[in-house]
Parts: sequence; structure tokens; C-alpha cells
Amino acid sequence: METALARTKPDLWSGGKSPFNVSYGKLMMWYFLMSDSFTFGAFLISYGSIRFSLNRWVDHNYVFNKFPFTEANLPLAFVSLMTFILIFSSVTMVLAVHEGHRMNQKGVEKWMVLTILGGLAFLGCQAWEWTHLITSQHKVLVDGTIQYWGTTTSHNPWGPHVMYNGELVATPGPVAFGGYFFGITGFHGFHVFSGVVINTVMLIKTRLGHFQKRGHYEMIEKAGLYWHFVDLVWVFVFLCFYLI
Amino acid sequence: MSAVTTTHLAEDSHGAAQVKRIWKAFWILLILTVIELALGLTVYYIDLGPDPSKAIVLGIKGVICILTLAKAFYILSIFMHLADEIRNLVMTLAMPALIFIWFIFVFIFDGNSFRNLRNTDAGSRKYIKQEQPHITPAMKEGEKN
Repeated sequence: METALARTKPDLWSGGKSPFNVSYGKLMMWYFLMSDSFTFGAFLISYGSIRFSLNRWVDHNYVFNKFPFTEANLPLAFVSLMTFILIFSSVTMVLAVHEGHRMNQKGVEKWMVLTILGGLAFLGCQAWEWTHLITSQHKVLVDGTIQYWGTTTSHNPWGPHVMYNGELVATPGPVAFGGYFFGITGFHGFHVFSGVVINTVMLIKTRLGHFQKRGHYEMIEKAGLYWHFVDLVWVFVFLCFYLI
Repeated sequence: MSAVTTTHLAEDSHGAAQVKRIWKAFWILLILTVIELALGLTVYYIDLGPDPSKAIVLGIKGVICILTLAKAFYILSIFMHLADEIRNLVMTLAMPALIFIWFIFVFIFDGNSFRNLRNTDAGSRKYIKQEQPHITPAMKEGEKN
């Protein structure tokens, strides 16, 4: 006998349907992303904690002020290019998911290609930025002698300036900066890299018509969730390292 | 196997309205990012001045943080379609994430406490702040890569 209660208030947990109205795979992707956000959150909060524990940190506007092919002083310029690339590749991804809902294989392929290109462009930018930071030499006064340092996990040439032989010279800054910067942006970059690999696999499967045969493009949706999460994390990395 | 049914998006969201919504979110994200950059550059130019106000800089950075949260909201709700999911699912994700509020406050205060202990040799002496000369980029320009 059907009760009136059962009809007015659907019992989500009585079986036969997904109580969260999503498939198992998508639900687990969400929970994986939640756990991943705790990893990134722990990294960034640890960074904040160490930064607060020191009297001085580095001034990001001086560390990140270069752009490829120019010597000009351009604070924030290169990282904003990276941010725009990632936001744009997020849009192309969500458009690929949208075409998947419409079962339009050609549309999915087009937007997936653009997403992958965006991911590769971002990785290229990051490679240039890391190379620039590690290889460029800065004058630093270390124990009374002038040395030339790059920015690495063990050297930080961005400390406070002092007068030395009539000119202002930098002194070593907190070593933690390099570790946190390369660690966190590297971990994020690795996520971008694995996202590009996942998206490439999805593009190949789309081209082979696997999803068309299956009758839905849910795998594109799951890859899309991961890709958007990478963008979401970048929003916070961008905030913590380049803006504040 | 496929007895478990899911209907992710409403029928009407497959059409042009959804595409419009996606591009609108993109423009909002772009504009928010541009505002963040403008504020970041404002901080840079305030720091160039002879006597930068710490309070104003802190305020601007607070605004940047709020804009970042707005960006995160748009990415989650529009790009990741979280706004289209049912409430139960959203809550299983949002409730654990609330721990971040505690996490951020506690560890920032902890860091601040470390600094106080470091500066005062664990409270055994008074901290005398050493004034650093305010460096403007003009003075730093001699630095070559």
C-alpha cells in the first residue's frame, strides 16, 4: 500500500536511485577533489603560518616582475597572463562538457583540443617562470662578501637591503620562500600536467567514438571537474603568492 | 547495473541559455581578475611612495581576498555545476570544508605567536622593532639579472 507520505516526501535512501542524483563516479570525483583541496589547503595554510612567524617576507612585486623577451619592470604582468590562460581553458572545458550533453562529438573534440592547448600553454609559462627564477643571478651580501644568487629552495636573494660600499645591496631573505613557492606551484603544476594527460586520453576516446557508443559523455564531465578544480586551486595560489 | 538513474541537468539547460550562462561566468571571472590586478598594482604604487600606509595596504589586500572567494564561488557553482546539484550533495562537500575557517584562523594566530616568541626570546626580553630603510624600486634599479 502506497502511503501518502511516500508520495509527498520522496525517500532518497530507500534504494533504486542515487540519493545525491549523481552517478557513483562523479560523486567519488567530488570527494577526491575535496580531499585534494585539504592537501592544498594544508600547504597554503602552512605557508601562511610560516609567513606570519617571520618579521619579513619577500616583496612579490620585485620577485615576479619579468616578462619574456623584455627587460622592463612589469610586476604582476606574466602571472596575470597565466591566470587568463587558465580561466580561458576552464571555459573551453565547460563548453566541451556542454557539447557532451548535446551528444555532439565534433563540438566536444573542438573544445577539448582548445582546453589541452590552454593547459600546455600554462605549463610552458610555468616552465619559463621557474627557469627565470632559478637561473637569474642577483647580487647578495652574504657574511660580508658579495655573491650572486638565484631563487631556489636553498637560496633567497630577496632579503632587506643594506648599505655596502656606498650602494644598496640585498641580504639573504627567508629560505622558506623558495621551498613554499616551488613546492606549492610545483604541486599545482603537476596537477595541471596530469589534467592535460587526462584530457588527452578523453580526447582520444572521444575521437574513437567510445562515448558516442556508450550513449553519454559523463567521462568528459568527470575530467572537467578535475580541470576546474585545478583552476580553482590556481585562484588561491595566485592570491597567496602573487597578490598578498 | 544501470538501474540507478541520474538526471544531472534540467532539459532546458542543454540549450543556448546554458552557453550564455557559461560565458557570463567567464566574463565575471575575467573582470574580477582584472580588478584584483588593478588592486595589486595599487598596492605596488602605494609601496613606491615615501611613507606607505600599512592600514590601507592591509585593507586592499582584504578586498582582494574577498574577490578571490567570489571567483571560487563562480567556478564551483557555474563551471563545476555545483549549483545544479541537489542540496544533500552540496552539504556533504560544504560541511567538511568549513573546517578551513578554523584551520586558517588557528594557524595564522599560531604563526603570529611564533613570531612573538622569536622576537622576545620566549618572553624573556622586550622586542625592539628595528626600522628598515624603506626601499623604493628606483633605488633597486641597479640590480641586474
